[in-house]
Order: sequence, then structure tokens, then C-alpha cells
Amino acid sequence: MEKAIITVVGHDAVGIIAKVCVYLADNNINILDISQTIVSGYFNMMMIVDIAESKAEFDTLCKELEEMGKEMGLVIKCQKEEIFDMMHRV
Amino acid sequence: MINLSEVAETNEMIEKENLDVRTITLGLNLLDCGDEDLKACCGKIRERILTAAGNLVETGEKIASEYGIPIVNKRISVTPIALVGAACCKSSEDFVEIAKTLNNAAKDVGVNILGGYSALVAKGMTKADELLIRSIPQATKETDRICCSVQVGSTRIGLNMDAVRLMGEVIVKTAEETRDQDSFGCSKLVVLCNPPDDNPFMAGAFHGVTEADAVINVGVSGPGVVKTAIEKVRGESFEVLCETIKKTAFKVTRVGQLVAKEASRMLNVPFGIVDLSLAPTPAIGDSVADILKEIGLEQPGAPGTTAALALLNDQVKKGGIMASSYVGGLSGAFIPVSEDQGMVDAVNAGALTLEKLEAMTCVCSVGLDMIAIPGDTSAATISGIIADEMAIGMINQKTTAVRVIPAYGKKVGDSVDFGGLFGAAPIMPVNSFSCEAFVNRTGRIPAPVHSFKN
Repeated sequence: MEKAIITVVGHDAVGIIAKVCVYLADNNINILDISQTIVSGYFNMMMIVDIAESKAEFDTLCKELEEMGKEMGLVIKCQKEEIFDMMHRV
Repeated sequence: MINLSEVAETNEMIEKENLDVRTITLGLNLLDCGDEDLKACCGKIRERILTAAGNLVETGEKIASEYGIPIVNKRISVTPIALVGAACCKSSEDFVEIAKTLNNAAKDVGVNILGGYSALVAKGMTKADELLIRSIPQATKETDRICCSVQVGSTRIGLNMDAVRLMGEVIVKTAEETRDQDSFGCSKLVVLCNPPDDNPFMAGAFHGVTEADAVINVGVSGPGVVKTAIEKVRGESFEVLCETIKKTAFKVTRVGQLVAKEASRMLNVPFGIVDLSLAPTPAIGDSVADILKEIGLEQPGAPGTTAALALLNDQVKKGGIMASSYVGGLSGAFIPVSEDQGMVDAVNAGALTLEKLEAMTCVCSVGLDMIAIPGDTSAATISGIIADEMAIGMINQKTTAVRVIPAYGKKVGDSVDFGGLFGAAPIMPVNSFSCEAFVNRTGRIPAPVHSFKN
């Protein structure tokens, strides 16, 4: 398993999660966990995904997700999990 | 498992508080590039750098994109060139040839700065050391990516006052040679006492002779992150303040440790150390001065500044030490003037003087850094400033450094502007009483009594 964290931040709209999920499914990426909050219309979502079997290279994944975010007026980032683990776990 | 608020906190640090990895520095041993023939020596140096550092920039960018953290600089430090060029350099011009070779190699591998045009002369100067030191004005003029450093003292050895005197002259000459660029050459020249062998930060980085053939050292930064963290504990006790700085330094250093390990794996070069310094930049929100203000000072330089800085430096070290298996380099708070907008503001407000900065260097991690002084400051006075700063390092068993810029043709009231990470600074007044008779004494200041530990 190779975990990455996808974050989506921006104004809430219909179909954000659906669109991201379809993209991930198309690339054979399994979603392990999703959590989200909406504060005064502001959408904040995090997904933990397994990219071990991903069809796309990690770089491509990051770029395409970022592009998709731009089309929807959102910021989508994809980062490997270790940076969060290192920072928040002793 | 990682939760949403932790992910949001990390990304907020990166996006809003200027958290970054300041530098991945590849240390390279060039001792085996020595040759009696200058051309052959230059050829070997070039070959070594191109082979070892060819993938450095690309690797840095790959790591940055994988973790979503900016890695601002990819740099190289090399064995002090006075050692490498000793066999073939018969004149200062010969050393300048090596400087140009290093500069071109750095350019070809896409590295913005290469450090190690250095001489270690804490006790005495070899002929080669002296030739290299005397070549510095010309070398800084003819290159744009080379950083120079000269060690003139240590706690174990004492101070080489002949070298201190010479460095005063060299700094004045360097200012003159690079007068078209506000004496920019001096910002790439630092005089050191007790320098670490594994410092990844410029201008003082060199690959010490105690090091292996190649090593990866990483410098993290994050003054903005510390500042934001302590905003939340305004008015709280020192215990709460210190705890907050410590925890933040821990988090920042962990990122450095991750990047260092990853760079080491990808480049197949051993991991050396993480340097957990708070290194400011002229960008808004990336300032050590702002942290001092948040701790409770109206301006850096106000009474209490040295204590506040001591506290900050110590907590940064305490938090960082647990976060990495090997902490090294300078590891603390840097207090440059031109590179920190908050320090510049404090100077302009009349709060911060050269003398107060000197006091602050007793407790910070480096020394008098990026300070512009009048162009007519004499070489002897600059040597006096160096001697003072080196004495602080020698007696307190810490690294100290002097990087002052006697801006050619400028006086108090004027300013210099180097652009980019080097920033801009007002010319600060210097005590005008003479120290010439002191500086003109020859020889060494003996090592302090507490160095005799054998």
C-alpha cells in the first residue's frame, strides 16, 4: 500500500466528490477514507487513497487533479502521506 | 490515521506561513581533484561536480512535488578550495581560475549558489591559504554563484589576528571591486569562528575535511510558522510560550528530516544532518524580527531583545533535536538585517544598532549578518568588528560570523538593494573611534583557558 492524501478546498457545489471519485476510479486508485466539513459554504475535504496500483504516475495525478480543481474553481492537492505522518506523529 | 485538521494545519503552514525547506545542500569532497597542473585540477573539479550533482535540482523538484512542500534552493558545498588548489595555484589569479570553474559547473547543473571558496586559517595561513584569501575580491567580481568563507579562529585554537587584519582589507577591496552592484561581493563573503563542517546554509557552507566523499545536508526554515503559532498564546506565561515554540520547531524539523532522507535515498548519497535554523527572507511573514515583536518587543533592539532571542534560539534547538536523528550545521535563529524586513524596519526606526546586534549574536546561532556599513569604513575598523565577533564565538564555544558590506561610496542615510533573497538594507553607523593600533599587532590571540580539556 502507498498512501497519498488528496485535499479539496473551495466553495461548495454539486458533484465535487463525485467528480474526484470517478477520476480516481478511472485510474485504479482505491479510496481508504473520506472526511469533510463545510463552514459557511466553504468546502474542505480530505481523502486518504492508495496509489500503489495507480495507472497514472504520481506527477500526472497531481497535475490532473489540480487542473480538475481549477475547472471547478477549487484547489485540489495531492501529497504523499509521509509529510503529515512525520509532522503530526512521534 | 491522519485527520482533516492535521492535514489542514500542515497545508496552512506551507501556503500561508511560508513553511519551506530552504535548501538541500550536497556536500562534495574535492580533495582528490588536486593536481600540480591547474588545468587538470579544474577539469577534475568540473567532472566531479557534473557527475555527482547532475540530478540534484531535478531530485529536489521531484521531492517538492511529491510532498507539496517548496524546496527553495538546491546547492552545493565543496572542500575548502585553499586545500584543493594548494598544489597548482601559484598566484591569486590561479585561484580565480578555479572560482570560474566552480561557477560554470554550478551553472551547468542548475545550482544557484556553491559554497566552499574557503580557507581555514584559525592558527596560521599556508601560502595557498593567503593566495586564496587575496583572490576573493577578484573571484567575487568574476563569478555570480560562488560563496567565500574564511575561518579565522576557534575555541580550541584562539584567533589568528594576522588573518583578521587581512580580512578587513579583503572586505574593503571586495566592496570596491563590486561597487557597480552596491558592493554585492561582500554579501557572498563571510568570516567565521568555530564553523561547522556540515552547514548547508550560505554564505558559510563548505564541505569539511572530516566529511565523507558526498553528503546530503538539509536546512529547514519557518519563521512565519513560529510567529503564527505564538500569536495564539499572546499574553501567556513563558512556559506556554516556550512550549509552543518547541512544538512548532519539532514539526518544522520533521519535514526537513523527511526531505533529507528522501533526497539521500534518491541521490544515493548518505544523509548528513538537518539544520533546523529559522532563516528569514525579505518576504512579508518570513521574519525573525516579527517573532521577537510577537514575544513582546515593540521593535528588535529594545531592552529585552537579547533575552527574547536567547529564549527563541534555545527552544528552536530543543524542539528540533528530538525531530531528527542528526541535527547539525548552525541550527538556531539567524538575525541578518537586509534579509529580514522586520530587522530593516527596526534599523530605520532607530531601534536597532550595530552594538545591539553584536550583543544579540552572543545568543543567536550565527553572527553579524548582512549589515551594510558606510563605504569609508576603514579596513582596520572592519578588522576590529571581526575581532570582537570572533572573540564572542571563541569564548562562548559557538559559531560566530561576520558578513558586513561596506557599501562603496555610500554613507549613513543611504541604502543598498541586492534584490531577491539578499534583500535591501539601510547603511548603519559604525563607531568611529580607531582600533588601528590594536589591529596592527601581529600574531595570535591565545586559546581561552576553558579550551584546555585534554
